[in-house]
Amino acid sequence: MSKPSTNVTARKSGSAWIRSTLVYVRQHWQLYLFFIMPAFLLTIIFRYIPMGGIAIAFTNYNPFQGIFGSEWVGFSHFERFLSSPDFMSYLLNTLKLSIYGLLWGFPAPILLAFLLNRIISKSKKQKIQLVLYMPNFISVIVLCGIVRILLSPTGMVNMLLGTNYNFMTMPQAFRTIYIASGIWQGAGWGSIIYTAALSNASKELKEAAVIDGANIIQQIKTVEWPAIKDTVLIQFVMSVGNIMSVGFEKAYALQTDLNMGASEIISTYVYKKGIIDGDYGFSTAVGLFNTVINVILLLSMNAIVKKMNDGKGI
Amino acid sequence: MNAVNVKKKSEFARQPVGDQMLLVVGYVVLGIFVVAIIFPMIYIILSSFIDPITLQNKGVTFDFSKWTLTAYERVMTNAQIWVGFKNALLYSIEATVLSGAVTLLAAYPMSRPDFRGRGFFNVIFVITMFFGGGLIPTYLLISDIGWLDNPLAILVPGAFSVWNMIIARTYYQGIPRDLQEAANIDGASEMVYFFKILLPVCTPIIATISMWNFVGMWNSYFDAMIYLNSASKQPLQLVLRGILIQSQPEPGMVSDMQSTAERAQLAELLKYATIIISSLPLMIMYPFFQKYFDSGIMAGAVKG
Repeated sequence: MSKPSTNVTARKSGSAWIRSTLVYVRQHWQLYLFFIMPAFLLTIIFRYIPMGGIAIAFTNYNPFQGIFGSEWVGFSHFERFLSSPDFMSYLLNTLKLSIYGLLWGFPAPILLAFLLNRIISKSKKQKIQLVLYMPNFISVIVLCGIVRILLSPTGMVNMLLGTNYNFMTMPQAFRTIYIASGIWQGAGWGSIIYTAALSNASKELKEAAVIDGANIIQQIKTVEWPAIKDTVLIQFVMSVGNIMSVGFEKAYALQTDLNMGASEIISTYVYKKGIIDGDYGFSTAVGLFNTVINVILLLSMNAIVKKMNDGKGI
Repeated sequence: MNAVNVKKKSEFARQPVGDQMLLVVGYVVLGIFVVAIIFPMIYIILSSFIDPITLQNKGVTFDFSKWTLTAYERVMTNAQIWVGFKNALLYSIEATVLSGAVTLLAAYPMSRPDFRGRGFFNVIFVITMFFGGGLIPTYLLISDIGWLDNPLAILVPGAFSVWNMIIARTYYQGIPRDLQEAANIDGASEMVYFFKILLPVCTPIIATISMWNFVGMWNSYFDAMIYLNSASKQPLQLVLRGILIQSQPEPGMVSDMQSTAERAQLAELLKYATIIISSLPLMIMYPFFQKYFDSGIMAGAVKG
């Protein structure tokens, strides 16, 4: 390919670079107009324009006056949120839900992948996978409907325990319900990515390990873990990056008036304040606060991983 | 068959005792997980056929005189459920086509090392994975465009998925470059190469992304909840939300019952049947896609 040489000359002078780019664009105009344009426009309109709308967080936004016509209030929405007694409770609910969710939910698919990897019979493995993946195709609403039915005072769980608790009204039960149902639904599906990585583990290496008399623990240490380590790290950073965006849909569908003490998280609060109450400025401020924390978490997580992983982040 | 079993047994027996114990523990854990998934499903299926009063007092019974199809009749004859089904199907197909097209197209230039502006577009796209305007600014934008109560509001804004683009891009990059160079020498244009040569060898990733888009749209309710108000436009999940979460069955379903208690019991029973009927289509469809999962998802897994 002749590409590298054009790159070298391109770096030599700016105008040559512009000229060669123009030539490239003229030759490959279809790539720009037809392939990338739709995605680019959608991104600008529906992702970047709303970012400009963040200014709403600093106003008493009134839809009839627009952003610039509305009263500018500076950081007062943030002050109001941060000083409200509910702030700590919502923040902690959000953090606890996602951190506990990560601690329990993250290892589950990895464990499943290791277990599946030990099943020798291909057809048995496939049948088990068919069952394990199934819950992933149930919708959030149906999942929460099932949870509510099973946990109702006359439901299956109470019948098995011989009790009649109303779990859905207990704030102390909410996180367990949320996380356990999440593992029930997602662990099997989540294991696919690790199963795929494990199947890439070198067969010769494994056979050599077995011949050397390595037991299962040693095989995992020397062959299997190295094969999925990168995938695990990437998945971990991605999960941490989403820690503050813990799913609105499920939390909202599992909320009852009585478990609000644990189930009201920042995203459900943003929805209620903004869409239901129409307090646009305040709601945007709370949402922005959430996003900023999320970005900070992601960046610091990436930095930590980079250090651990010899300078390779994502 | 027998020979295979013997071989497997010996393979198990050949392992050290420590390994055998570990394997047994592992199989038990896996077994518990499988049972934990299947058991509630069977419970829901059985319950959906049982007379509400019996179910509430005694639970699941195999006394078939107490079995009834009432719940299914009531759910199936309800017009709003069918409206929901029809809308969900329509939106899901539209989302699959629209989002699939935008995403698969954008992934192509992004997969080419020589594409000028690749770095620029990459930054523009990736930023949106981690930072956004949030709920209210997006809502107000949609409202300014005039898409409130218009299905476009749930289809268009999310049509381009950066994550899926990355996965498709990674998959394209795994296709040998010779194919492309041959196409260029022949003077084939980008579009001809893309549609005639590249896409036909990318079925696993197309199937995977299509399935994600379809299932994602079929199962979501948030966008529809905030943007679509008229009953005639609501997708299935919103109808389900009324029945399952808010315990408010569609009016026609229980109104003929005399007492509040009877109505409440019937409303409970309707939940079971509703769960079965609404989940059935995807449950039946998904095994057909299973063969694509591994290869499709692996593509995204490798490089992230």
